[in-house]
Amino acid sequence: MIINHPLLGPRDAAEFTYLGDASLLARPDWQSETAAGDFDAWLHLRDNPAGEHRELWFHEQGDRSWLIVTRNTLTHEITGVEMARDGAPARGTDT
Amino acid sequence: MTGTNRIPGGLIDRDKPLGFTFNGRAFQGFAGDTLASALIANGQRLIGRSFKYHRPRGIFTAGPEEPNALVELRTGASQEPNTRATTTELFEGLNARSQNHRGSLKYDIMAVNDLFARFLSAGFYYKTFMWPKSFWERVYEPIIRASAGLGRLSMQADPDHYDKGFLHCDVLIIGAGPAGLQAALSAGRAGVRVILADEDFRMGGRLNAERCEVAGTGGATWAAAAVAELESMGNVRLMTRTTVYGVFDHGIYGALERNTDHLPDAAGAPRQTLWRIYAGRSVLATGATERSVAFGNNDRPGVMLAGAVRAYVNRYGATPGRRVAVFTNNDDGWRTARDLRAHGIEIAAVIDSRTDTAPNPFPEVKTLFGEAVAETCGRGGLREIITTGGKRISADCLAVSGGWTPNLHLTCHLGGKPVWRDDLAAFVPGNALPPGMRVAGAAAGQMTLARCLQEGDAAGRAVAEDLGRAAPAANVPKATDEPAGITALWQVKGARGRCWVDLQNDVTTKDITLSHREGFRSVEHLKRYTTLGMATDQGKTSNLPGLALMAEASGKTIPETGTTTFRPPYVPVAIGAFGAGAKGAGFKPVRLTPSHEWARDRGAVFTEAGQWLRAQWYPQPGETDWRTSANREAQTTRNAVGICDVTTLGKIDIKGRDAAAFLNLVYTNGFAKLPVGKVRYGLMLREDGIVYDDGTTSRLGENHFVMTTTTANAGLVYQRLEFARQCLAAHLDVHLISVTDGWAQFAVAGPESRALLQKIVDAGHDISNAAFPYMACGEMTVCGGIRARLFRISFSGELAYEIAVPARYGDSMIRALIAAGEPFGVAPYGTEALGIMRIEKGHPVAAELTGQTTARMLGMARMVSDKKDCIGNVLSRRPEMTAPGQPRLMGFRPVDRAQMLTAGAHFIARGAEAVTENDQGWMTSVAWSPALGHSVGLGFIARGEDRIGEVVRAWDGLRKTDIEVEIVSAHFVDPEGERLRA
Repeated sequence: MIINHPLLGPRDAAEFTYLGDASLLARPDWQSETAAGDFDAWLHLRDNPAGEHRELWFHEQGDRSWLIVTRNTLTHEITGVEMARDGAPARGTDT
Repeated sequence: MTGTNRIPGGLIDRDKPLGFTFNGRAFQGFAGDTLASALIANGQRLIGRSFKYHRPRGIFTAGPEEPNALVELRTGASQEPNTRATTTELFEGLNARSQNHRGSLKYDIMAVNDLFARFLSAGFYYKTFMWPKSFWERVYEPIIRASAGLGRLSMQADPDHYDKGFLHCDVLIIGAGPAGLQAALSAGRAGVRVILADEDFRMGGRLNAERCEVAGTGGATWAAAAVAELESMGNVRLMTRTTVYGVFDHGIYGALERNTDHLPDAAGAPRQTLWRIYAGRSVLATGATERSVAFGNNDRPGVMLAGAVRAYVNRYGATPGRRVAVFTNNDDGWRTARDLRAHGIEIAAVIDSRTDTAPNPFPEVKTLFGEAVAETCGRGGLREIITTGGKRISADCLAVSGGWTPNLHLTCHLGGKPVWRDDLAAFVPGNALPPGMRVAGAAAGQMTLARCLQEGDAAGRAVAEDLGRAAPAANVPKATDEPAGITALWQVKGARGRCWVDLQNDVTTKDITLSHREGFRSVEHLKRYTTLGMATDQGKTSNLPGLALMAEASGKTIPETGTTTFRPPYVPVAIGAFGAGAKGAGFKPVRLTPSHEWARDRGAVFTEAGQWLRAQWYPQPGETDWRTSANREAQTTRNAVGICDVTTLGKIDIKGRDAAAFLNLVYTNGFAKLPVGKVRYGLMLREDGIVYDDGTTSRLGENHFVMTTTTANAGLVYQRLEFARQCLAAHLDVHLISVTDGWAQFAVAGPESRALLQKIVDAGHDISNAAFPYMACGEMTVCGGIRARLFRISFSGELAYEIAVPARYGDSMIRALIAAGEPFGVAPYGTEALGIMRIEKGHPVAAELTGQTTARMLGMARMVSDKKDCIGNVLSRRPEMTAPGQPRLMGFRPVDRAQMLTAGAHFIARGAEAVTENDQGWMTSVAWSPALGHSVGLGFIARGEDRIGEVVRAWDGLRKTDIEVEIVSAHFVDPEGERLRA
């Protein structure tokens, strides 16, 4: 496969490692009353769609960007690639 | 021996004779011959024995689809079994042997299998070798392996080397027959960057094998001129001997180039190259493969595909027979008769199964319409055929054509499904082609020459237009559309004897109907039960006839029956080619520490740690085993000073206004309040609350930290940190870089370590205990101005430091440290001494951090702050992980101090039976402690913190030991930490 890196252009998929569903970006609030259940669901429950899938790839042999790749799991067609930091929720985790 | 079947003409170079041997017998061929054509020219009909029944077999085709003529090639370690004689280019000194016979090829004793054929049908092995089970591996398998199978392996390592490469082009054209050549010409003339790949050593495809005319000249001549024109174009790369074996996602194609297989001596060049070709577009011009018809004993040497007969006669100047019969169900078969006639070879008869055919164009030739071949006769080779009408015709070669099957394999590698065409009696590529692929010529079902050239031209011009180039006007060389009518015929009604479908795996029509009768109704099941199409030829000649027979048996149509799945590779590819560059030392890169050369010169024994080679121990004269050396190193460190290269630990530089906040997220414990110039131990969890890694992190400046990780996890921790930075905390101002290779780092440990370092550190830097206490860190200079970082941290439990200098000074640094340490009796120590000392101190490593260990199990529950968020914080508080009775990391010592503990032993109460229900925990690490003079161990035991002083058994079922051990603190040496603060 070829991933069209937003900064570096088309790169062979062999330069990347795969993590999984981009829903991992939406890490739950640790102080919520339902935190235990929220974290369990966030960490363990995944959709396995036959079709479009937003997923995380790490450009390990490149610039070490985390990317969100929208890939069709049936055809491997890639319809979108964005920097994960742009796609990550605005809120983060502060001390 | 001169070629008895050599005839004039062809594309061989008669000025370049080549000597070769087959089964030890010397023969002669010419440059341009394949091994098959040279054997045919020499009248050698019997080439090998079949897989299962040891039937005599000859040459059946003239290409990569060959199921029969498989030989062992070359000798010694270079011996290669199952090599197709039909694609093996002849070279001087070629040494080939026939396969799968005991005794001589002609009188194979295993041919007795053929007499038991009725018992050896599909599923025979499954049905027969069932009982007793203990015979499966000891008796049945060796017998089956000895009697079935093909060539033999050399049983030596592959002496050749292979290469890998990457190529880029605008269009990859696969196949250099008429369609491919014309596509390359049209695209190349428009300036498109073209790669034209063909598996043959001579481009032209069927143009080289047929008597045909293109643009007023012979097909082969036109092909040669086209190749010459393409060679003159700077934007075209021609690749002969190159098979495109697979289509992968996003326009990536796999190709195997055979660089030196055609040479007597590779002279050091790689044998084969595995290419990864990045092509935005491709033109598939792979042509078609002829197939046979199922009739009685259709596997006899001398029975050959009609197109192959033409190839041998026209291209190689070698005739497979002196009196040839033709059996066809289509117009193309008649070309064989025409060509043989032109060469003056006697035609025994033309048998055309069709009844509605035009009158015989060759009145003097005996023709039989509406008849078929029922059976062949002849011991060891064809002598006579018997038709369904009962006519006996003597012939030494039977040219069979059951029609042509488009080579559409590559159109299906991304999931495309072929579609059936009745008029061709074959599948053609469907509409769901791999993106960017066009199919041209016979591969698309265009079975005539003029159409092939037109389609090639159209494909080439379309590619140019896609790329926005001015496409040249249509420029198709003139050729004729020869007749290509066909009426499907899969098996002959009234055939006598066994009718073969898959020659390589010895599958007959009977096996197919049997498998259907036994309930294997899906074509995928049929394939696996009968092994149809599962040999190295991958059923190129047999798959379609096989599924046509399946359709017949089930009363379905062929498209309803469907095809099996086409998967890469299209032809067998040597594992050596896939693994190119990864053999021996290339299998895994080795990283060397900055002190490696110095350690090697001192005779260090090395061990692998991740990708690193680390010194394991440094034997001294008189030391005979590792323990003696490691114990001395540990004792020297505890009593004087020792030095260890710890460069391999991961080092990550962390900078930014929010660096401390970032560390608070990735570590369980707080870092915000860590003062500049101090080091803190940090514990890292996974999000599920399990311990992931640990290490120390030093604050070198307000906004600058250096983190260390374990050696094995260096890369993964860095990846996780980047994930946290970019995906979980994108709002933080923080940057990371791995500096593991940037700094050479050495542990200097032992009571004399400060005195030693005071000789190294430049004047002006105070490293006294008061100025530079335990857990201090700082940047300074050493050895007269060399930049360095000093950390007062300890893994051994002694007064200890780690000193880091830029990696290029690492070699000098170890030498300077050792020289400075001479007066103190310094010793370098390796990973064994390191391991002994860390067990004595109770520090966990990978043996303890198994991916199932919680902070609580390590006695570090309080390090998981509940005042802040961190990775793993929430799920580390799951009830299952905080419930009482959890195992706890403890120390263990044998009650009888003379006994040796073993790692992996399980803890069982005294007097209890050693069963799972009574298991209380396990020993993780053991060492013989030179400081204590007995064996010590670390391990996890339930409620260990409350059980100090209790005696349990360490039961080791693997090593058959059962030792009473006392539960003690994990800190065997200096539990109060007085030494490291000294």
